[in-house]
Amino acid sequence: MDINFTPDELAEVRRLKAQYPESKAAIMPVLWMAQKKFGWLSDDVMKYVAEVMELPQSHVLGVATFYTMYFKKPMGKFHVQVCTNVSCMLRGGEEIYDHVSHKYGIKHNEHTSDGLISLEEVECMGACGGAPMIAINEDFHENVTPALVDELLTALR
Amino acid sequence: MYKTPHLVLPKIDKLHELKTYVSNGGYEAYRKAIQGTPDEVIGTVKQSGLRGRGGACFSTGMKWSFMPKGNEKPKYLAINGDESEPGSFKDRQIFEDNPHQLIEGILIAGYAMGISKAFIYIRGEYHKWVKLMQIALADAYEAGYVGEKMKQTFGNDYSLDIIIHKGAGAYVCGEETSLMSSLEGDRAYPRIKPPFPANKGLWGMPTTINNVETIATVPAIISIGADAYSKIGAAKHPGTLLFGLSGHINRPGVYELESGIPLKELIYTVGGGIPGGKKIKAIIPGGSSMPPIHPDEIDFVYMDNESLKEFGSYIGTAGVMVMDEDTDLVKVLLRLAHFYHHESCGQCTPCREGCGWMEKLLKRMNKGEATSHDIDVLFSVASNIEGNTICALGEGAAWPVKGFIKKFRSEFELRVKPNRSFVSLNVVHGRRNTSETLVQIL
Repeated sequence: MDINFTPDELAEVRRLKAQYPESKAAIMPVLWMAQKKFGWLSDDVMKYVAEVMELPQSHVLGVATFYTMYFKKPMGKFHVQVCTNVSCMLRGGEEIYDHVSHKYGIKHNEHTSDGLISLEEVECMGACGGAPMIAINEDFHENVTPALVDELLTALR
Repeated sequence: MYKTPHLVLPKIDKLHELKTYVSNGGYEAYRKAIQGTPDEVIGTVKQSGLRGRGGACFSTGMKWSFMPKGNEKPKYLAINGDESEPGSFKDRQIFEDNPHQLIEGILIAGYAMGISKAFIYIRGEYHKWVKLMQIALADAYEAGYVGEKMKQTFGNDYSLDIIIHKGAGAYVCGEETSLMSSLEGDRAYPRIKPPFPANKGLWGMPTTINNVETIATVPAIISIGADAYSKIGAAKHPGTLLFGLSGHINRPGVYELESGIPLKELIYTVGGGIPGGKKIKAIIPGGSSMPPIHPDEIDFVYMDNESLKEFGSYIGTAGVMVMDEDTDLVKVLLRLAHFYHHESCGQCTPCREGCGWMEKLLKRMNKGEATSHDIDVLFSVASNIEGNTICALGEGAAWPVKGFIKKFRSEFELRVKPNRSFVSLNVVHGRRNTSETLVQIL
């Protein structure tokens, strides 16, 4: 795949850089942009981000690996994040995780062979009032049950 | 607009929309604030007794007064919306239901401290709420409440820009110095204090970091007055708090209530009690880092920092996690230890290694392979993390472990084997007399 931002995206990078006192601060939003466009942060993507950010590649790698939400390997089209932290655990979060894991034969940070679904056991997502919860890509789903998760995932497919 | 106890989340339909907010007296508190000098605003906030809602409970007015006066250097304000503490989900409600009050709070804080640029740091998982804040902020800019145009709107020469910064999944970013590292575009490593952010913060400039709820409370204080505010709730920790109820409770959710509400009332009246009428085994009163409360104590606990201190805990972020009588506390603690191990940034050895060690010990305990001695080892590992790290994540990891062992030791004793000792003529072997490995070798 050709790893390049469009001129519009490059303009957005310039805007982001300008809104901070030092342009380096724009690295997080630019990594978000890159992940959205290229799906995950491969070495080549990070190299490209380093170029547009005018930063050493090692710095980009350092930042990208610090945060769990930047993907360092390809994930599924539907990235299922299941919270198993205490509030969710008390209300069945682990059962939800096991259910998805068994059903699709994938473990933490793995994806199905067709590339559709990936699974991540996440730490508290800040939806404890609706525990147990999962997130599919960017959307939260609260008070879920295994059956409801199945429904959600079938609807997406 | 402000009727106790709904100061931060007034019960008004569609309040998240700018026009509803304005028609209900929104941005009037800022107008009122700029009638006085910046120092008067700081004085009001100090006098109100407002204490930070991020967990440390430090006086907000005091914090603001640490900022240097004058405008030789740029000064920054960072709003901490990282909200990653397990059990807390209150700031999300502000982003969703009352974003403009947060923006107005930023204007007031900015005016009081002479700040020209503020950052709202929102955790990466909150995609939806980042968008909601962006919409609210764009509306406020367009209507001239923020940015260059606000000079004209409010008729003075103060203006402020607000930037929303999205995190990417790191619990440690909720620690103020780590948040600054993250904002500057580095790995989010916490920094040693001093220098404190008020002297040397973002990009080396004076910076104040406040929690979302703290700042969203400010317009209410300005509006109703410091005196009235200081009379709400517990005298030493006044105001309203956003309590987040979760775990084994019938009506989980975020509730804005006066501080100092009895814990029992919070759980049984507000939260509707425990599902199936079960008994309570333990309560974490303020997010996962706070030591737990024993069921015997529930009748005497009031939900403010001073009362909780008497029971060896703190209000934290007021995220109350309730566990019923069937809960396996070893498993709960193991899950927390896993969390802190996963989230330790790795800078300080006691936290990086200690959290891993605690997780291993608890794993062993969960499998029924630990001995009674391991409980003491676990306690001592926690004690050696506490106070020996740059940031408070170390304490956050150590406190629940120590708290659970102190108050629920019998639960842990049930899950371990008794110590075994061997008489050995060899002095060296004799000293390793609790050695489990010896058992395995034999």
